[in-house]
Amino acid sequence: MRAENAAVVVDGNAAAGILSEIFTGDVTTTIGVCSGCGSSGPLAEAVVEIDEFAAIVRCRECTHTMVTVLRGPAETRVVFGTLQELRIST
Amino acid sequence: MSTVVASTVTWREARVVESIPATAHARILRIAAPGWPGSLPGQHVDVRLTAEDGYQAVRSYSLGLAGTDDVIELGVDEVPDGEVSPYLVHEVRADDVLEVLGPLGGYFVWHDDDPSPVQLIAGGSGIVPLRAMLRARLASASAAPFRLLYSTRSSQDAIYREELEAVDDGGAEVDWAYTRAAPDGWTGTVGRLDGVALDAAVWPVADDPLVFVCGPTGFVETVAKALVARGHSPLRIKTERFGGV
Repeated sequence: MRAENAAVVVDGNAAAGILSEIFTGDVTTTIGVCSGCGSSGPLAEAVVEIDEFAAIVRCRECTHTMVTVLRGPAETRVVFGTLQELRIST
Repeated sequence: MSTVVASTVTWREARVVESIPATAHARILRIAAPGWPGSLPGQHVDVRLTAEDGYQAVRSYSLGLAGTDDVIELGVDEVPDGEVSPYLVHEVRADDVLEVLGPLGGYFVWHDDDPSPVQLIAGGSGIVPLRAMLRARLASASAAPFRLLYSTRSSQDAIYREELEAVDDGGAEVDWAYTRAAPDGWTGTVGRLDGVALDAAVWPVADDPLVFVCGPTGFVETVAKALVARGHSPLRIKTERFGGV
């Protein structure tokens, strides 16, 4: 359930919808590696601040912003922060 | 060189079939979504509402029931001053139309071919996806032993209360924790989940259970940390946070 007020803190599960507009398949199950602290974990477990216009995905360990998705009127921007690597099980 | 194209998402027009009161502040919505591809236990949908002036609002809601039926079931708890949930709890009527995107989320999901013991821990409306898992377990040939620990303010605040109180066999067990008021005859304590309550109701570390914790952010953090402190592997604890306090 997405939080009701702008940019309330939830987790990566709630970003599955907005991320599906960018990535094919479900990216929340992939393991993200943070270059801020070197930790890794499923994006579903990351800290996410989300509202109508943006999803900010932050590292649960060091709180650095790993990636931000910004929905604009004409384009959607994916801005990479400390998301250094994605590991996808095959 | 190929062009990078954003994946195409399909918002599905859906029609409310019925709205069933679950508590004084929550509803179960049954929604017909033609062409629905089916969901796994624990998944959610994004719901999009469009106002007459074109303004759109999107929120995520967990599915209370998994499966292939194209009438899906959402549990919606009212967030006071929220933009969407008061409408879904108080205003929405049969035949109203909204849009759904999903099923979403492959992480907070129980797979019925996993034989591990399963521990479900719900705080408040966090019960919704866990109820989908419990129902899937009871309907499947799985022999995975299930336990549900449901922390609720009071018995009246528990979504799916009657159904869960009736679960007494079939490889599943339901334990209750009351944070504000307990029902008559309750002999346990009343208050937030603590280590003692977790020790009493959660599969021991030695059984290596798969644990799903769902609820408000603060609840999930507290419970997950307490489980790790008791020796459960963080890799075996899956969490879903609804926000709030």
